[in-house]
Amino acid sequence: MARILAVDDSASMRQMVSFTLKGAGHDVQEAKDGVEALGIAKGNKFDLVLTDINMPNMDGISLIKELRQISDYKFTPILTLTTESGTEKKGEGKSAGATGWIVKPFSPDQLLSTIKKVLG
Amino acid sequence: MSVDMSQFYQTFFEESVEGLDEMENCLLNLDVGQADPETVNTIFRAAHSIKGGSATFGFAEVAKFTHVMETLLDEMRSGERLVTQEAVDLLLKSVDILRAMLTATQEGQAIEMDPVTRLQSQLEALLGADASLEVKGNGSSNTSANQNKIWDIHFKPHEHLLRTGNDPARIIKELKALGELEIQVDISALPHFKDIEPSASYFSWDFQLTDAGEGKASKEAIEEIFNWVEDDCDLQIIAQENSNVDSVQANTETPTSPKSMPVETRSSEAQASSKGNPEPKTSVKTPVGKKASADSGSIRVSIDKVDALINMVGELVITQSMLGQFGETFEMDQIEKLRDGLVQLERNTRELQENVMRIRMLPISFAFQRFPRVVRDLSQQLGKQVELQLAGEQTELDKTVMEKIGDPLVHLVRNSVDHGIELPEIRKAAGKPEKGHVKLDAYHQGGNVIIEIVDDGAGINKDKVLEKAKERGLVNENDKLSDEQIFDLVFHPGFSTADVVSDVSGRGVGMDVVKRNIRELGGSILVKSEPEKGSTFTIKLPLTLAILDGQLVTVGGETYIIPLVSIIESLQVKKDQVSAIAGTAELYKLRNEYIPVVRLYDLFHCQPISENLEDGLLVVVEGDGQHIGLYVDDLQGQQQVVIKSLETNYRSVEGVSGATILGDGTVALILDITDLIKLSRTIQPGQALDRGMSHSNNQTSNASLVEQNQATNAAA
Amino acid sequence: MSNAVQTLDGDISIDGVAEADQYLTFIMADEEYGVDILRVQEIRGWDSATPIPNTPAYIRGVINLRGVIVPLVDLRERFGIATIDYGPTTVVIVLRVEGAEKERIMGIVVDAVSDVYNVKEGEMKPAPDFGSVGSIDFVRGLVTIDEKMIITLEIDQMLSDQEIGVAVGEE
Repeated sequence: MARILAVDDSASMRQMVSFTLKGAGHDVQEAKDGVEALGIAKGNKFDLVLTDINMPNMDGISLIKELRQISDYKFTPILTLTTESGTEKKGEGKSAGATGWIVKPFSPDQLLSTIKKVLG
Repeated sequence: MSVDMSQFYQTFFEESVEGLDEMENCLLNLDVGQADPETVNTIFRAAHSIKGGSATFGFAEVAKFTHVMETLLDEMRSGERLVTQEAVDLLLKSVDILRAMLTATQEGQAIEMDPVTRLQSQLEALLGADASLEVKGNGSSNTSANQNKIWDIHFKPHEHLLRTGNDPARIIKELKALGELEIQVDISALPHFKDIEPSASYFSWDFQLTDAGEGKASKEAIEEIFNWVEDDCDLQIIAQENSNVDSVQANTETPTSPKSMPVETRSSEAQASSKGNPEPKTSVKTPVGKKASADSGSIRVSIDKVDALINMVGELVITQSMLGQFGETFEMDQIEKLRDGLVQLERNTRELQENVMRIRMLPISFAFQRFPRVVRDLSQQLGKQVELQLAGEQTELDKTVMEKIGDPLVHLVRNSVDHGIELPEIRKAAGKPEKGHVKLDAYHQGGNVIIEIVDDGAGINKDKVLEKAKERGLVNENDKLSDEQIFDLVFHPGFSTADVVSDVSGRGVGMDVVKRNIRELGGSILVKSEPEKGSTFTIKLPLTLAILDGQLVTVGGETYIIPLVSIIESLQVKKDQVSAIAGTAELYKLRNEYIPVVRLYDLFHCQPISENLEDGLLVVVEGDGQHIGLYVDDLQGQQQVVIKSLETNYRSVEGVSGATILGDGTVALILDITDLIKLSRTIQPGQALDRGMSHSNNQTSNASLVEQNQATNAAA
Repeated sequence: MSNAVQTLDGDISIDGVAEADQYLTFIMADEEYGVDILRVQEIRGWDSATPIPNTPAYIRGVINLRGVIVPLVDLRERFGIATIDYGPTTVVIVLRVEGAEKERIMGIVVDAVSDVYNVKEGEMKPAPDFGSVGSIDFVRGLVTIDEKMIITLEIDQMLSDQEIGVAVGEE
């Protein structure tokens, strides 16, 4: 079981991600944007952060940058949930410090198999 | 693990509708030429979310369409493209199309693709031929069909690799899963111990991967493992048994092979997510909506309301623990405290109940927000200039009523723009500003929500209406009709004169349907119109589940509730200030005003405690701009009450707007002041006189009940 | 709703009581009346009701049935039988009435409840034709059980929109 922070401004995506991960026995916390996520992240420890890129208030890229500044999150796997498949956009996430990405749309199974990679 | 995706559909549809509303609002507020980047970004995000969600949940058509929108918006937000009127118009149309697509999907109907395709090609034309119009896959290479068995892999992470949260151990583990793996670690780059930076990566690896005969060790599978780190390392993947050295250098695009292997494509994560996903086509046609129909819909509640509930539950818990203590050790001298506690409990419970009810109430802005668009589109289409003013948007209305009043309102607003507001030239000639004015206003009045649609247009042409009505035989040639009656003719089913009232939308929905819809909600509609000045449509709607601040009064042993908003003051009557006119009507002199006294027991045919005005109380109320003094036996407290409809199981009752349940569980009727004023005018002269004689026994009041009954039956 | 009723009928016949309808009977002025038990929502003792002004005398008023406002019809008054004071046996039978447009919940006030009977289809005899005497329209049929005559009522007719003055309320 891992503690996972799922960040997405879309409630249905959050529900889907959270439901899938909880179903696999993980402990999931949700946040609707970067600001909320950062607030939650600061008071807690997570084994994995999943974040959308395009969000109001604070986008995923800024969130990753902020998280990597925090010592607890220096090595924490952070995956972006992105529909932008171009190398450019992935690069942006990567250069901000993301571990990898999951391309939307993904199925619950794809999500689980992807996070399995980084949760070891 | 199998997850039933349909459980997320409802949320997806709801957030998409919200997203579309937001897009529409932003688009309408967008200044062409100098668009606010944040607004464009908001629009982009909405389209983006809908695309992501629809793709995830298998609504391929929606995903495909939003992708084009998104591409256009992305260019706008990155500044590559100017925000033009054309683009805004197309995007607004796209919002409509998307709404229709989502509705069809939700209801399990097939999406009508013609308009979608048409608009999509318009968007594509705008984007230019070179734009990519496919929903992209994740861009990883396609398959290469080579049958290599052995791969040499050189992997040298850059120093910062660990700081991206990637772990070489993970990669090694995954490689192992593909086949037999020989590993050689090169630690030559490791610096002297004192120089080691713990977060840096110094090792490099050479792997030899041999397929174990399962065909798993394909190049794609290997690439996929390194997918996330390709920018953070030096990587070479070389096939041994193949003369064709298929190597991949990091930081280069992977060449795309034209060949394909359908079986593998399915199983590969990257491929399944790309354009070929076969699932969506079927699921669009499955009746998604059965589970997610509007009736089972959820409701968004403001945090304030939830917080209020939490506070109340908190109070309830405190009260409960206080009462709990009494339960353990109770002495008779604590009885007062126990009573106080019970009173408190009752209050807590009631407040909680009322506030839970309030959750169903939404500000009417939900219904109003579509009108800027409606007015903009229609006035453009008609070549008119119209300014729309919205007021009272915070007025709360039950969710169900809100959903059902939308269409009638659209019709009325369209009607005002179409038939009320004149063309700019005509307005100018009439000495009016060229820009017409339409106002939508909402406010509470008693147990009702009033919605007004006011325009400063030409007004309804009475002569024309009357003429048409006579033509159609709705009115006799010699009938004398009041203005009110004439205006009311526009709601007659047989009345649809294009000259006076027509339907712009062309759906053949007439004003009669508007009236019927409003009546079905238990409401009414009234028109006032003045030539050259404009028309006002006033809709009165009940608050089926609403809460109202009420004054409890008693008459003849029964409790009634007067809406607090209608009460001006309550006072004790001084006999010398009451005068009777012609022996019938009584007037009470309140300061400089003479107010008709209406004895509630007369209207309701019940037995008061006393018929002497000085014994009871006069509640001065206002309704429809009129003041009356309502004579009651006594005043009780004030409290918020939950309005319940009498019509659910019975029918509407004159002078009563609804009922409520009091703290003791009994039912009390809520008075409709406007209605009571009307009712008081129909009271027979003489009935009000002769006091002390009539109503002295039940027989008389029974008799009058029967009379009343016969009268109403005759009217029917 | 008729579907639900049919389903229930089916269930009953499976239980072995072939083609039988169950009736709840009540007493009023020494006569026994029956109503289709599937329409009975609950039976409660007479408590009090809030009178509604300017309605026919047989509308006793409204009561609070777990948050729902339910009108009560005094059946004696409705049938033109001399009214009596309500006593300890006076009950309210809460019924589901199917109107032209919608379903309503209404209560009837009667002297006392009596029993529940199974009535097979063949046992029901049509009410004799009394000509155009108003309240006869409410009678579904007559059944004799244990030498007693039971008058079964057509409640949708008896409490129809027209009968309870709902149509009048439409202005």
